[in-house]
Amino acid sequence: MSTVSREDNLVLSSEDSSCPDESELELGLGLGFSRRPGLKSQSLSTNQYARILTAKDFPSMVSSRSATSLASSTSSSSSPSSVTRPNATAGIKRTADSVVAANCLSQVVGWPPVGAYRMNSFNNHAKSPATNGFNSVNEKSMDNGTEARKSTDNGIDNSNVSTTGKGHLKSTWFVKVNMDGLPIGRKVDLRVHNSYESLALTLEEMFDDHTVAVSSRIGSNGKEHGRAERRSTLLDGSSKFVLTYEDKDGDWMLVGDVPWGMFLSSVRRLRIMRTSEANGLAPKYEEKNSRQRS
Amino acid sequence: MPRIAYAFPDEVLEHVFSFIHSDQDRNAISLVCKSWYEIERWCRRSIFVGNCYAVSPVMVVKRFPKLRSISLKGKPHFADFNLVPEDWGGYACPWIEAMASAYPWLEEIRLKRMVLTDESLELISKSFKNFQVLVLSSCEGFSTDGLAAIAANCRNLRELDLRESEVEDLSGHWLSQFPDSFTSLVSLNISCLGSEVSTCALERLLAGCPNLQSLRLNRAVPLEKLVNLLGRSPNLVELGTGAYTSEMQPDVFSDLSRAFVGCKQLKSLSGFWDAMPYYLPAVYPISSRLTSLNLSYATTESPYLVKLVSECRNLQRLWVMDYIEDSGLEALAVSCKDLRELRVFPSDPFGLEPNVALTERGLVSVSEGCPELQSVLYFCRQMSNAALVTIARNRPNMTRFRLCIIEPRKPDYLTLQPLDAGFGAIVEHCKNLRRLSLSGLLTDRVFEYIGSYGKKLEMLSVAFAGDSDLGLHYVLSGCDNLRKLEVRDCPFGDKALLANAAKLETMRSLWMSSCNVSFGACKLLGQKMPRLNVEVIIDERGPPDSMPESCLVEKLYIYRTVAGPRMDMPGFVWRYTGP
Repeated sequence: MSTVSREDNLVLSSEDSSCPDESELELGLGLGFSRRPGLKSQSLSTNQYARILTAKDFPSMVSSRSATSLASSTSSSSSPSSVTRPNATAGIKRTADSVVAANCLSQVVGWPPVGAYRMNSFNNHAKSPATNGFNSVNEKSMDNGTEARKSTDNGIDNSNVSTTGKGHLKSTWFVKVNMDGLPIGRKVDLRVHNSYESLALTLEEMFDDHTVAVSSRIGSNGKEHGRAERRSTLLDGSSKFVLTYEDKDGDWMLVGDVPWGMFLSSVRRLRIMRTSEANGLAPKYEEKNSRQRS
Repeated sequence: MPRIAYAFPDEVLEHVFSFIHSDQDRNAISLVCKSWYEIERWCRRSIFVGNCYAVSPVMVVKRFPKLRSISLKGKPHFADFNLVPEDWGGYACPWIEAMASAYPWLEEIRLKRMVLTDESLELISKSFKNFQVLVLSSCEGFSTDGLAAIAANCRNLRELDLRESEVEDLSGHWLSQFPDSFTSLVSLNISCLGSEVSTCALERLLAGCPNLQSLRLNRAVPLEKLVNLLGRSPNLVELGTGAYTSEMQPDVFSDLSRAFVGCKQLKSLSGFWDAMPYYLPAVYPISSRLTSLNLSYATTESPYLVKLVSECRNLQRLWVMDYIEDSGLEALAVSCKDLRELRVFPSDPFGLEPNVALTERGLVSVSEGCPELQSVLYFCRQMSNAALVTIARNRPNMTRFRLCIIEPRKPDYLTLQPLDAGFGAIVEHCKNLRRLSLSGLLTDRVFEYIGSYGKKLEMLSVAFAGDSDLGLHYVLSGCDNLRKLEVRDCPFGDKALLANAAKLETMRSLWMSSCNVSFGACKLLGQKMPRLNVEVIIDERGPPDSMPESCLVEKLYIYRTVAGPRMDMPGFVWRYTGP
């Protein structure tokens, strides 16, 4: 075994030390340097995207990750009771904003590391016989009690929509989403959703700082709405923005008018558009709007 | 002292060099002396550029005037998992343009994770008179129109391989662009294409190309058509089926079986999209011939699966879904003594509850039963240190070991300890280990082991592991042959990075995302190391001018380069440019 001793203060050769910012960032490595917890929370707090829950949101199974717990003996010394059964729901922290259902990993970006090509091809089932796996993604990511989840067929409809043989096969379920006013777009994975509500709520959280006022999340009893109870403001017209999509003919349409399955077969990309610019997109919208308001 | 080097005319040296093909050896030759450098560069025929931004096309063309074959890689590996934003880079266009004017005799282009346009494909098809090989692996940005240009103009095309690329599929008609006189095709892989290709065009192509050895069809080719196609290409060595499903018809079954048998050279099977259990036994008659079997897109459970695998006694490579379960892997271990590579993919990657009976036991069985096993990729839901130690002891000849325990930070399920000792045994016993991916609960200790033992390690992938900077420091200071390191969600930060700055110039690249590296450290590193590109991928928090030094960066990609800062950085990639 290596004779590297943790007690050694390891200072290594570096480039010339005459740089102005040296005082903050020493080029040596010593023990017990202090973490900067304040920064971590700063960086975390701006990472509000539900899609980018990282393992920071998973409670450590065994021990904290403090700089001093270097020896494995210390990590094992934390009480075993803090480690629940591997498959228990404690594995994932539930938050009001989170789409993570119990026992489901769908919200950590890029994990598990299955290539995007492989993922996409599984969601282009021509038929879906007794396959467990990828269809269950749709079931597991459903919110409890959401009325949109009338039947699991909604999720599995994907496969009928993208049949082999005739017409376009969708080769990817990740579509781009751009929001007016933001230079950087994102991508959203449509296969995880089986309803407009689910998609819109995810998008709201993705672009959280910009669309949804905090107050809209608080219900009349003062408690935060559970995700299942919240209606998307992008869809009901109460937000400054509306959700639109470009279909396969290149036309921009309001999201929500056609059945979900049909939407999936024709959507090419999404745009969160300012309501002021959305006039004339679809007369049905205004009709629905005035019906709701009356 | 006799000047031996000058005693040989250049032609003789050139002839000697022509027997040396490995890139590393060629690079070594070029360093012996100036005249060898000159001779070598004029007779180098093939180069591999592992990072397209490490060197510029102009530099390559200038140094190697007579290339016939070039391989380029673009985006970082983690782009496969959607961690790299759209429009990050990896554009092939500047390379194609430079080569179009410099190498009229270029024969082969191989690209991986690059962005390629239809215009570039057209340029390729028209610029290189003897163009023979086009391999586009995980590429994007082009459509079937570009492929039509290749088909129409490349009279000597031998290999067209689009593996896992994202192609805008406008129609299947591009295949008809191969002229009637076209005979040179040896390998065709269109498995990634979505839409139907004309079966007539395929049949015509196959009929005209008697040397076709490798054919990988796309999902849209129905099973019934496969039979006809197989009849026309009896010399196939590798076949990728289309959709392996149909109404259950005994005729189709027996025709299919007969067609497989008729391809007497057939050794490798893949495809099997939506495989219907009923048709799996059609492969039985040729199972003993098979050396490679890719069932990883066969998304149905089936009792025939295990039987099929057990019959393939000469199997060297198996890719399969976890439907095979521990019992199937035990059978594999008994039957397939020549197995070299095993990949087991998850059927339910997002569920934390197991949906199949696949555990660490399956992998242990294979490690016990298969003495030639060298390469493993294994997704599972539980692992123990004991199992890893057993695997390590059984298989010290392992060169690639990638284990993915689906739940992040999961400890040894028996002892609830971190898996440090298990992975430590892997690096200790497998002295030729070149590639390693870690998962499960891991402390800094595992990195200490890796730094101590992983002397041949070239690529390391780490996620949700470690306690502190020491982890990163162990790896960077200990792994002498490390070329690529990719890290996500680990508490590695400035100290280790800066202390090992010089190491980064000996590596191809370092990716770190969701770690603890500060913006100030990136600036400092960029300032001190002009031969590194320290690229920060910024998110919506705003441009780096407004970012405080202490702010942590979300994604960081560092790579060595002699080409300076790249010119095509999108707005969301920042690099230090000056005080």
